[in-house]
Amino acid sequence: MSLFFAYLSVVAALMSALVALATNWRARLQRLAEAILRRWPHAHSVAARIFSETHYREFHRYSLFVLLGFSGLGALLAGLGTLMNGAVLTQILPFGLPWLSWHIRIDPLAGFFLCVLGLPLMAVSLYGPGYVREFEHGKHPLSALGLFTGLFVAGMELVLLADDAFLFMIAWELMSVASYFLVAYQHDHAANRRAAFLYLLMAEIGAIAIILAYGVLAGFGGGLTFDALRGASLNPLWASIAFVLGLIGFGMKAGLVPIHAWLPEAHPVAPSHISALMSGVMLKIAVYGFIRFTFDLLNQILWQWGVLVLVIGAASAVLGILYALQQQNLKRLLAYSSVENIGIVFVALGLSLIFLSSGQAHLGTLGLVAALLHALNHALFKSLLFLGAGAILHQTHEQSLENMGGLIHRMPKLAAVFLVGTLSIAALPPLNGFVSEWLIFQTALQGGLIESGVLRSLIPTASAVLALTSALAATCFVKVYGVAFLGLPRSHHIAHARDVQHRGMLGGPLLLAACCGLIGVLPTPLINGLGTLTHQLTGFVLPSVSALGWLWLTPVAPKVASYAPTLVLLGMAMVGGLCYYLLYRRTRLEPRRAEPWDCGFGGLTSAMQYTSGAFSMPIRRIFQPVFEIRESIEAQQAGPANIRIVALRYHFHVLDRAWLALYEPAGRLVLRLARGIGRLQTGNIRTYLGYSFFTLIFLLWVIS
Amino acid sequence: MAWLLAILETLLFVGAAPLLAGWIKRVKCRLQNRKAPSVFQPYRDLLKLYRKQPIAPHPASWIFRAAPYIVFASTVLAAAIVPLVAVDLPTSRIADIIVLVGFFALGRTFQVLAGMDIGTAFGGMGSSREMTISSLAEPAMLMAVFTLTMSAHTTNLSQAMNYVLDTGLVLRPSFVFALGGLILVAIAETGRIPVDNPATHLELTMIHEAMILEYSGRWLALIEWASQIKLMLYGVLIANIFFPWGIAQDFSLTTLGYGMAMIALKLAVLALVLALSEALFAKMRIFRVQEYLGFAYLLSVLGMLSHIILETAR
Repeated sequence: MSLFFAYLSVVAALMSALVALATNWRARLQRLAEAILRRWPHAHSVAARIFSETHYREFHRYSLFVLLGFSGLGALLAGLGTLMNGAVLTQILPFGLPWLSWHIRIDPLAGFFLCVLGLPLMAVSLYGPGYVREFEHGKHPLSALGLFTGLFVAGMELVLLADDAFLFMIAWELMSVASYFLVAYQHDHAANRRAAFLYLLMAEIGAIAIILAYGVLAGFGGGLTFDALRGASLNPLWASIAFVLGLIGFGMKAGLVPIHAWLPEAHPVAPSHISALMSGVMLKIAVYGFIRFTFDLLNQILWQWGVLVLVIGAASAVLGILYALQQQNLKRLLAYSSVENIGIVFVALGLSLIFLSSGQAHLGTLGLVAALLHALNHALFKSLLFLGAGAILHQTHEQSLENMGGLIHRMPKLAAVFLVGTLSIAALPPLNGFVSEWLIFQTALQGGLIESGVLRSLIPTASAVLALTSALAATCFVKVYGVAFLGLPRSHHIAHARDVQHRGMLGGPLLLAACCGLIGVLPTPLINGLGTLTHQLTGFVLPSVSALGWLWLTPVAPKVASYAPTLVLLGMAMVGGLCYYLLYRRTRLEPRRAEPWDCGFGGLTSAMQYTSGAFSMPIRRIFQPVFEIRESIEAQQAGPANIRIVALRYHFHVLDRAWLALYEPAGRLVLRLARGIGRLQTGNIRTYLGYSFFTLIFLLWVIS
Repeated sequence: MAWLLAILETLLFVGAAPLLAGWIKRVKCRLQNRKAPSVFQPYRDLLKLYRKQPIAPHPASWIFRAAPYIVFASTVLAAAIVPLVAVDLPTSRIADIIVLVGFFALGRTFQVLAGMDIGTAFGGMGSSREMTISSLAEPAMLMAVFTLTMSAHTTNLSQAMNYVLDTGLVLRPSFVFALGGLILVAIAETGRIPVDNPATHLELTMIHEAMILEYSGRWLALIEWASQIKLMLYGVLIANIFFPWGIAQDFSLTTLGYGMAMIALKLAVLALVLALSEALFAKMRIFRVQEYLGFAYLLSVLGMLSHIILETAR
């Protein structure tokens, strides 16, 4: 049954891609329908309406996204089914290489990530029809967008279903290349083309690393199916080589520091619903790849790997959020925040690896559960925030926080939904982001059980970095919400923005917000549901999670820590409601509106508010060594001897150090090598003949 | 019965918070050779604010009106889970010390959002500074907390206090460092001198006051009350975690009475120390706060390391 739903979702995604091709086939389809349906007048009239000039566009647009929605629903059902019964289903499909058919397998791990894929995809399919409407009249064809979206989704689903390295790589490449075209969709800006090229380049380098990692395993295991890879017996050195290659490959896709610099370039330039899928879902596919490779395929775990993952994860988390704080472009900020959240997931995975390698399997399981839960949570709230940012972009054509402000008055419904996402990502109780971070802290606090003193002191330090990260994340998203939605509008078009009209454009984010709230308030059933998954990977289930009942979350033991988010919510509602009743209902004193305090000068304008850059200035100053800041003031002078300054322009850029330290030198190195190789090609026929001659002599010498 | 006691204790906590604030003000006035108001003055202030009509500035949205209730509710909930008079109350299981930090963060977030909602320079300034300071204070606080929880093997506050009671008076270097770190964080988070000055209305130095500048009437009363509860929360945390002796471990009337007297005594002493330090030190420049909080963080890290190196020898 699960397999059926999984196939259904892949087929629906491919159908959606096919339907996209039919964007301009209205006349042809109409003739075809008339020919086929001539016998049935009722169906004929329906078809005539659908394929009429006026209705075809809308019908086509909706059918694209309805199919995607079915794909998401199928993935969700397949995933839930597998998670619940814990069954592992395999099948061999007659596609692929002559000696290697496609191996398909759905197990609880794949099932969980199918759920992670399904929920945001359903939200996107609600949101999409309203959002892409403006592309219909644009210069870029909707068919390209729909085609590559379908292929992209199908690729992601096939990655999850793959049970051999060959199919895995095919699906992985399908996902990467299709998303390259989506990043390059609005290709009339040079910056977008550059970002897309960079993305493709990094994706391919990552893919090479993954192929090599599988190659190491296949070399020892003697086959490309995952079963053969699992059976490979490696010595620790080769296992470490495979692990590091896997970490580079999957980490490249997931956006780990220091190879993250492509991510904030590529994710924001795609259309917003695609950005949501890329940041919300595709990064999780990379996490899935890493978990599948490390926890499942490699049959040993060394503690050094855990330390490496922990350190890289912590660095990604804190640097990601520090850079996010300095962004003024909303979508770019969200992309940097994805780096942070992936860092948090990898911190939890690192803890899990350390605990598993030192024999504390139940704590390793707890770390894994925390990582998975945070991956799910991030998929939900990051998709929500990207869709929200897309809705603002759609209504106002504005991405820069510096021009926003006061949108809560213009777009009240969107503001309410966006607030849920903001509070979730800022890890505040009683929402879902808090639950997963709390679990990670609980895992880290059990570090005292480890023998090695170095590890015991490293783990709390990593958790302190995590604490810094979550506090900075709260700062960052308070800034986003406060600057974009609150206060006075900072530009004319924001002041006249209209709320989202299309119902689906609110419904999609609302669905995600509801999931955020539900997981935040009732995490225990979900974590219990992950039992089949952890049993498959680590051989353990968390026995005491619901030791006090389904209301309480007790990850280690009831005496060690407990958290009852439902009661927290109830308590807050009771206290707040009681205060409201006592203070307002009883006194009946209606508040009065007045001008805010202006120091007696009068005339407050929106320019006097704190801007996004100003809000994060103290953080920028405190963490100055982290950033490469370029600031300049350009004065336009006039009058005799340029004595009068007419206009001032302030330029401000925060550059990513990883870009300057890693990417640019690498680029320069490639150019220099290319130039060196280019010297071989003199263009002189005698030189080339000389090359052939010496090659021949060399080969003859080799043979003899 | 236990639930009833927990609710009563929370009410006591919430009700006694203004008294503590009045006491601190009184001690401070005496130290500064001023005439002191009655210790009950904060209650009169709250009552006065309750009766006044609140005023909302024009740009404010519903966030501005909802924030005081959310701030107050999250603070009261935090008060409910911190053992004041007795340990092992059922409420302390609802949330542990990490969730407590989360409650503070929730209240702060809405306060900051409300500060940005009014669309003036003051609100933004206070909000930006508050978030900066708290994002540095939170890791220091969690680090201090982690030091305690690693020795006590629990993040549950009641269990941690039980652990300290059971092991008796042992001088642990890690606890001393953590205490130092937590005190520094508590001063920063409750907006006292030298980080912020609750009495100032000098526009360029305000932090907390800048955010709530536009509040009036019952909203202001709730926010003031919440910050008094928060001050008391930190006091109770320090008093009951590091010096839990006297707290009631069963629910008989004598032990409860003794517990109440002991916590009142401990808080009075802590308030004396706070008032003394406020009289002796001056407020520091905002860009020196990171050094101050860095020091708090360092103390907590030292506590953690000394716990790992000295106290868990294997």
